[in-house]
Amino acid sequence: MSKAIIESGNVAAAMAVQLARAEVIAAYPITPQTPVTEKLSELITAGRMDAEYVAVESEHSAMAVCIGAASAGVRAFTATSSNGLLYMSEQLHWAAGARLPIVMCVVNRGIGAPWSVWNDHQDAISQRDAGWIQIFAKDHQEIVDMTLKAFRLAELVHIPVMVNYDGYYLSHTYMPFEPPDAERVDAFLPAYQYKHALSPEHPESLNTVTLPDARLDVQGVKRGGYMDLRHNLHEEMGMAIEVWEEIDRDFQTHFGRGGAPVTDPYRCDDAEVVIVAMGSMANQFRVVVDRLRQDDGIRAGVLALQMYRPFPGAMLARALQSAKHVMVYEKGLSYGSQGALYGDIKSALYPYPSRPQLHNFIVGLGGREIPTESLYQTTKTSCAPDRILPPAQSDVPQWIGLQL
Amino acid sequence: MKMAAKTTVLNLTEEEFVHPGNRACSGCGLSILYRIGLKALGRDCIFVVPPSCLTVMQGLFPIAATQMPVLNGTFASTAAIATGVKAAMRRLGRPTQVVAWAGDGGTSDIGIQALSGALERGEDIIYICYDNEAYMNTGVQRSGTTPQGSLTTTTPFSGKSEVGKNLPAIIAAHNPAYLATCSASYPLDFHDKLLKAKQIKGLKYLHVQTPCPPGWGIEEHMTVALGRAAVETGLFDLYEIEDGRMQLTGQSLQQLGNTGLRPVREYLEMQVRFKAFSDEQVAALQAQVDQRWSGYRDRFK
Repeated sequence: MSKAIIESGNVAAAMAVQLARAEVIAAYPITPQTPVTEKLSELITAGRMDAEYVAVESEHSAMAVCIGAASAGVRAFTATSSNGLLYMSEQLHWAAGARLPIVMCVVNRGIGAPWSVWNDHQDAISQRDAGWIQIFAKDHQEIVDMTLKAFRLAELVHIPVMVNYDGYYLSHTYMPFEPPDAERVDAFLPAYQYKHALSPEHPESLNTVTLPDARLDVQGVKRGGYMDLRHNLHEEMGMAIEVWEEIDRDFQTHFGRGGAPVTDPYRCDDAEVVIVAMGSMANQFRVVVDRLRQDDGIRAGVLALQMYRPFPGAMLARALQSAKHVMVYEKGLSYGSQGALYGDIKSALYPYPSRPQLHNFIVGLGGREIPTESLYQTTKTSCAPDRILPPAQSDVPQWIGLQL
Repeated sequence: MKMAAKTTVLNLTEEEFVHPGNRACSGCGLSILYRIGLKALGRDCIFVVPPSCLTVMQGLFPIAATQMPVLNGTFASTAAIATGVKAAMRRLGRPTQVVAWAGDGGTSDIGIQALSGALERGEDIIYICYDNEAYMNTGVQRSGTTPQGSLTTTTPFSGKSEVGKNLPAIIAAHNPAYLATCSASYPLDFHDKLLKAKQIKGLKYLHVQTPCPPGWGIEEHMTVALGRAAVETGLFDLYEIEDGRMQLTGQSLQQLGNTGLRPVREYLEMQVRFKAFSDEQVAALQAQVDQRWSGYRDRFK
């Protein structure tokens, strides 16, 4: 059995990539992601990892290298943060449309302007419609496990996967975790095989101009047009939820960890108040939940959302329907509207007869401290029986911890 | 490295790598280059192509005019995608050539950062820039290499006021393994420079002047005559740079002994795009060419 070690979240990610036997790594430095690629280049240079390291001149090119390598049938990885993710945005859409199973760690950080190197989720949220699968880890062990599972998911459904984890909170803190045994990883994650891999023996022209309508190929077989290909991406992305659950079950048989791949509920069974959050903040809420139950007799629970895209709407609706209050805390928003996750959850609940009271909180942007005490106070205050707000006030995000 | 025996129409391979019929305009200089270039490159190649006339020429899904494996990618990232494909080939233990083939906009403007990175890293790829001196695929807008005075849809009436980028010189400053300039009007010279490039490790850059009938305002049958005129007037020079040493080649080398090259006016007057050129501009351009060629004569004699 492997032994637990204490390392940073970024090193945990690099170890997972090493164990996954990624063969082409391309990356560009950006805080707080940089230690991931530093570690990978160190592992490769020291001969402890057999891969190509390409020190590109930009994030746009980092994803381009991954696109080239994956199109040729080789497992590729990159990592980035913040503006780096946005700089490769065009390539993200390309990789998804090209159905390439690239895995990327995004060490979540606020977006400029103004510059911030600290954590929030706006980078990932801004790319939610790129066609990537987006998962969020909430501790170091999940960074390792999710990254390994992400390679298998990406290669099974042919959709790229973004493994998100919080900058500094997870990337730079040292926590114990158990690196999986290399031989078992090999059994869990078979070598990448891509049937459309670029090859002179079987020449194919990939990502050519595709017309609005379906067209016959030279054999007279009808081939879908752009819209049909995009429809397939959407449909197969929806199916990825089940595939992710299957992968998690298999991961459990190999490594004994897992069981909550899509949502991770804590004390939610009888909860009247359910908090929904992504990333490390969901773990922070466990303390809040315990205190609300113990000190105030409020039956609270926290539901960590591990998979944001594809959005597990039906699963969330089932989990949240019986609650009186659902409180969505998030570190990003759709400016001029509301929290992106809040909007998704509201939309998921709409078709169902029982709709809990919804609350939206924006917290921790650009690394603004998130005191557990203020999470506790806001949650407690918001579910007080005498505090019923009219829709015009309840359906707008409340900003926590402003220092205006 | 010595150039092998020259390829002629008699010993050029008869094997075709492009299907008959494609979407190029009639008289397209690129279609000459593509057909002959593939004969030099052979089957063991993978192409990386950004948005350009070549994207359209190679065929629209699900039909391909090319017989080669092609990875179409985003505009700005051609050299980086090629880097990824080449890295994959190394991982797979395959000697397959990776050939990036982009236009002048895709190379000198939006793609220059990725290309500069690949040059600095010394990536083992062939990069071909077919330079038709404007954004032709989108309908003739000015690019970084559009020559001064040229009419385009974004430099109407009086032509482009700025001097075009000397892209080969920018590439040469990166000290590539091999650099060559070529012309669509001398396809066998292009062919043989590709044969040479295939033997060299590192980044091989071929810059190919490519006349474009609709963009330049010439009759379809004038493509070859135009490209030749560019070389024979001394406006576009054929050369190679290896180990930092520049050497004129082909027609440019042959005319080194001629003190009287064809006047640039002949080349300019063949094209609608230079209709706004004034007599003063012609004289200034002629003076530039004369000075450059005078330098060549001192340097290479």
